[in-house]
Amino acid sequence: MQPIHLALIDYTILVAYVVFVVGIGLTLSRYMKSSSDFLTSARSIPTWVTGLAFISANLGALELVGMAASGAKYGISTAHFYWVGAIPAMIFLAVFMMPFYYGSKARSVPEYLNMRFDQRVRGLNSIAFAVMTIFASGISMNALAKLLNQLLGWDYNLALWVCSGVVLIYVLKGGLTSAIYTEVLQFFMIVMGFAPVVYLGLKDAGGWTAMNHSLQAVALNPAAQSLNDKTFAANAWSSAWQPLLGGPANNPMGVDVFAMVFGLGFVLSFGYWCTNFLVVQRAMAAKNMTAARNTPLVAAVPKMFFPFLVIVPGMIAVALATVPDKGYRIPPPILSTAVYAKGIDAVRNATLDNAVKSVGDALGKKVYPDKITALVAKNAAGKLSDQEIKQGLYDSIAENDYDSVILSLVKRYCPPGLLGLALTALLASFMSGMAGNVTAFNTVFTYDLYQAFFAPNKTDAHYMWMGKFITVVGILLSICAAYFASMFNNAMDVIQLVFAFVNAPLFGTFLLGMFWKRTTGTGAFYGLFAGIGASALFQALTTTFTNVDASGHVINIMKGGYLGVWNKFPSEMAQNFWMAIFAFVVCFVVTAVISLATSRTKSDPELKGLVYSLTPKIPSGDLAWHQRPGVIGTVLLICCVILNILFW
Amino acid sequence: MGLDIRWPIGLMFTLIGALLAIYGLSTGANADLYKVSLGTNINLIWGAVLLVFGLLMLAGAIMGGKKPPGK
Repeated sequence: MQPIHLALIDYTILVAYVVFVVGIGLTLSRYMKSSSDFLTSARSIPTWVTGLAFISANLGALELVGMAASGAKYGISTAHFYWVGAIPAMIFLAVFMMPFYYGSKARSVPEYLNMRFDQRVRGLNSIAFAVMTIFASGISMNALAKLLNQLLGWDYNLALWVCSGVVLIYVLKGGLTSAIYTEVLQFFMIVMGFAPVVYLGLKDAGGWTAMNHSLQAVALNPAAQSLNDKTFAANAWSSAWQPLLGGPANNPMGVDVFAMVFGLGFVLSFGYWCTNFLVVQRAMAAKNMTAARNTPLVAAVPKMFFPFLVIVPGMIAVALATVPDKGYRIPPPILSTAVYAKGIDAVRNATLDNAVKSVGDALGKKVYPDKITALVAKNAAGKLSDQEIKQGLYDSIAENDYDSVILSLVKRYCPPGLLGLALTALLASFMSGMAGNVTAFNTVFTYDLYQAFFAPNKTDAHYMWMGKFITVVGILLSICAAYFASMFNNAMDVIQLVFAFVNAPLFGTFLLGMFWKRTTGTGAFYGLFAGIGASALFQALTTTFTNVDASGHVINIMKGGYLGVWNKFPSEMAQNFWMAIFAFVVCFVVTAVISLATSRTKSDPELKGLVYSLTPKIPSGDLAWHQRPGVIGTVLLICCVILNILFW
Repeated sequence: MGLDIRWPIGLMFTLIGALLAIYGLSTGANADLYKVSLGTNINLIWGAVLLVFGLLMLAGAIMGGKKPPGK
């Protein structure tokens, strides 16, 4: 990727944003009087602010990048991650679960687990969560520093430390409130920064209908762009449900409807949205119960329409690539100048017979044979310049770097000025990703590990000091995690896999804990372990069709099957969904069985406010109908169904 | 919490919107610059949108500030 040259106006916008976030932190610092001000915002924030922060904490830059990538790879079906994989769970959180979280006065999700079960479950959940937030924040910062390095030519180390430093200042000064405020600011930056790119892209692609028309060509021959080896029905990229109903062989995701609805829509989605403290913390910071319950509902409105902002760019990209005179392709993997130089030499020295092999070897990538042959022939006919050959090579690489899709569109459509805005939006979302994780980390560490296990009964000033101290530690650990991620790509994959194991069964524990008073701490603890073990075992015994070579050996053990191959899935996504389903069922059953076999340690009165059947219903009589979570939730669900039907 | 967030949002978008719009006005004659945005002076248009958004947020903050505390 060629570094972009930023104009003065771009830097001005970037600096203005940084000044504002630091300013917010400094302004808020004088309100930080107790540990609860710092770590939980003292439950004082209005609904629309917590709602936007709720959605924004989840909308990291990696999601922006990843959703555009999936939009290109899978088309509009990617929207299921929103319409199936988020909205129902967010509504469930608001209507059914928030009363327990907020009403129990717990300051964190692990603390709720302690009230409901015991210290063991709390400890297990908080350690896993703390480690996960650090790595999530590190991965995000590594991606940011790499991006600034490739895109703007900044030094990796400098970019990493400066950006982390900015986050440290505003989180240390303003605590959770600061993180929430900047998340809201970032929400608007993302929307405002990317909307014009989507608009220009759609205009360039000839509008929505023309784009869908191009996508039909993509679906009939995805191999032309190295998107997929198979061919599909014409609507595979432009319909959300029809390709899925045809079974895993008929959609580019390779997923069946059951895995999609039960695996993603129920297990994974509810596990994330209803139990992940990173997002739940935003709702807990709301000023009263109604505000807390309405937080996920406020968030659900923009979430429902985000596919148009984050997935459509990917669809625009593949659509453009089918139109030859647009001169666009999905970016190939980034190759260094030295590799291109080798490729250029290979083109100059190749004969038509050996061209494809020698050039492909020089680049170390798969190439389109016809394009290479044409390039070599053209060069033989009349000498081409280095730049012309390089462009030809760029177009001939038969591999895609989907994660670069969104940036390639930003570069394509943004003049100076708008470019600054779009890049600032991206930078903002990386930084708020770190801030969100660090503020969740410091709360869990201070209250659920330090106070619970090491230093109970200290003064509030002590915990406040600890909260600030651990914030600095958290940022430093994130930087270490970022370096770790930059050095060992595979190690990072392992870590993410382990987190998938930890998270998959979690919702089983919460579901039983909140809705069945008979669930015991021992049952929950061992059920969770069994679920984690089950997902690890499932991964070890299954893999994908493409991950097995002709003789039946597993190619990449990261993709499973290292203890033997009991079952093969059409895609990794299908494997993940089924793994989650399996882990959830194991956790659910083991928790229930052990609970029945052990005696209860908490009496009914102790569980009041923690379990559904023992908690008085919240009277909604004094609320206007349009403020009642049940009513809003129903309306939102109907809207979501309508969206699904529109893009059926 | 003490600070009404509409202030920073309003101020920032007013500032960035104004900057973009002015930049758009001053570069409007440069057709080459706007070739990438398909011939639209997107800086001017989008700057104006951001400016209006920022001013609306500021208006909200001013109106909100007039209410008695606690509301």
